[in-house]
Amino acid sequence: MHPAPSLIAFTTLSGLGFGMLFWLGVDATPPTGWVAFVFYVIAYALSLAGLGASALHLGRPSRALKAFTQWRSSWLSREAWASLVALTVNALYAAPLVFLDQRVAPLGWSGAALALITVGSTAMIYTQLKTVPRWHHWSTPVLFVSYALSGGALMAGKVDLAVWLIPLTGLVQGGCWLAGDRRGTTSTLSTATGLHAPRAFEAPHTGDTYLTREMAFAVARKHAEKLRLIALLLGAIVPTAILLLPVNHLFALVAVVSHVAGAMTARWLFFAEAKHVMGLYYGKI
Amino acid sequence: MTTLPTHTETRLGLVIDLDTCVGCHACVVSCKGWNTQNYGAPLSDQNPYGADPSGTFLNRVHSYEVTPDDGPAQLVHFPKSCLHCEDAPCVTVCPTGASYKRSEDGIVLVNESDCIGCGLCAWACPYGARELDAAEGVMKKCTLCVDRIYNENLPEEDRVPACVRTCPAGARHFGDLSDPNSAISALVEQRGGFDLMPEQGTKPVNKYLPPRPKDTWEAETDVLAPFLAPVAEDARGFLGWIDRTLSKL
Repeated sequence: MHPAPSLIAFTTLSGLGFGMLFWLGVDATPPTGWVAFVFYVIAYALSLAGLGASALHLGRPSRALKAFTQWRSSWLSREAWASLVALTVNALYAAPLVFLDQRVAPLGWSGAALALITVGSTAMIYTQLKTVPRWHHWSTPVLFVSYALSGGALMAGKVDLAVWLIPLTGLVQGGCWLAGDRRGTTSTLSTATGLHAPRAFEAPHTGDTYLTREMAFAVARKHAEKLRLIALLLGAIVPTAILLLPVNHLFALVAVVSHVAGAMTARWLFFAEAKHVMGLYYGKI
Repeated sequence: MTTLPTHTETRLGLVIDLDTCVGCHACVVSCKGWNTQNYGAPLSDQNPYGADPSGTFLNRVHSYEVTPDDGPAQLVHFPKSCLHCEDAPCVTVCPTGASYKRSEDGIVLVNESDCIGCGLCAWACPYGARELDAAEGVMKKCTLCVDRIYNENLPEEDRVPACVRTCPAGARHFGDLSDPNSAISALVEQRGGFDLMPEQGTKPVNKYLPPRPKDTWEAETDVLAPFLAPVAEDARGFLGWIDRTLSKL
């Protein structure tokens, strides 16, 4: 699948933002006043930047609000609602924290739950696609939620948690890669065409098309192994090592930058390595 | 809109004969011609006369080579467009309700004024039947020429999809696949029509007819062959001397 920068930014940034909102929501002794304000500004900036990036992916961004209509059947629509409700509830929780130094715990808990539901819904957009075997598995939501929780813990300053969650996410990611490599599909060029042992002889077109650009993306998969190592190194190993050192804020920033770079590399691979069964018609996959 | 109809009154669709298709791409051209100037946004081209042309098509013809166990390789031309699936995954993923399946005839359509161009329906389709138009930013797909088949302003013989009307080989058939007595259902029955990627669970309405078994090459293929036996089996004269001499070397 085509690793569109807008989708990589959308899934990683909104995951970070909602992960941060989760940890701020469940915190029994949350920051208040100006400190809370700064934390929530960062969390909302990340979430909204992610959602904004997803709008850039649309062919007709001006009609984006129509995506709220089909929540009964569409995960994309549910994701839109979940993000809206999560951002609203967390704002209601944040306002008394910032302005009154008051914590309304039930609002925090529901805001945290809604933040996780949002990340889960984002993952379900990909998980539901039977046409992409690498995504069509329960481990996809687990992976997305893992990244959100570990990145969110890091961003929310929960160092004690992040030092465990980040390596755990690295393990989940490694497991997803290995399992995804083995997961095949029952679809073949033979089932796709009904022919006996066919060989793709000639494509319908000489140039590329929306179909080949979007779903038969193959560039740089040859570097996948190296990129996986880079993603694990930047995303899990370096931030964990920094957190294990006696931390000050500057180093924490390095850990954040490293983790986000690693998560984005992993998310690039999430798209680039995913193969769509449509590619069979072109003799690929 | 958002969900699939539990039942459709008819199931209009195409039956494509892989035995008869000659791979001329006339259906591709007529499809583009009709659909670029009728229902919905035009089917745009990008850089059509340049070095890297690209464009939106609703129907494309692949070609595959198959090698039977008992004969030479064969080329099978394979036209592919929307199969108007009964369990169409492209419809249910749509966040806006722009994609829908009609309950009256089962045609899967896109309401372009509601389409936000997210492309998720194209990802959900296993067949590559949907293309996002690069100029318009909305999803395009086969409409089964919904603006022809019910169009009383057209002569009756033209009230079929443009691809069916134009096919010079008669490889494309249109009709109601829910009616067991329709000509098209009989064709599927007789020829062993099959679904593409049945394992994807989409229950396509369109069917494909397999290539017929070809004649074998066992028997005599040329009636003149017996009269055209080689005249000089044993080489004589000067050429015979060269042949014998060279053979000894």
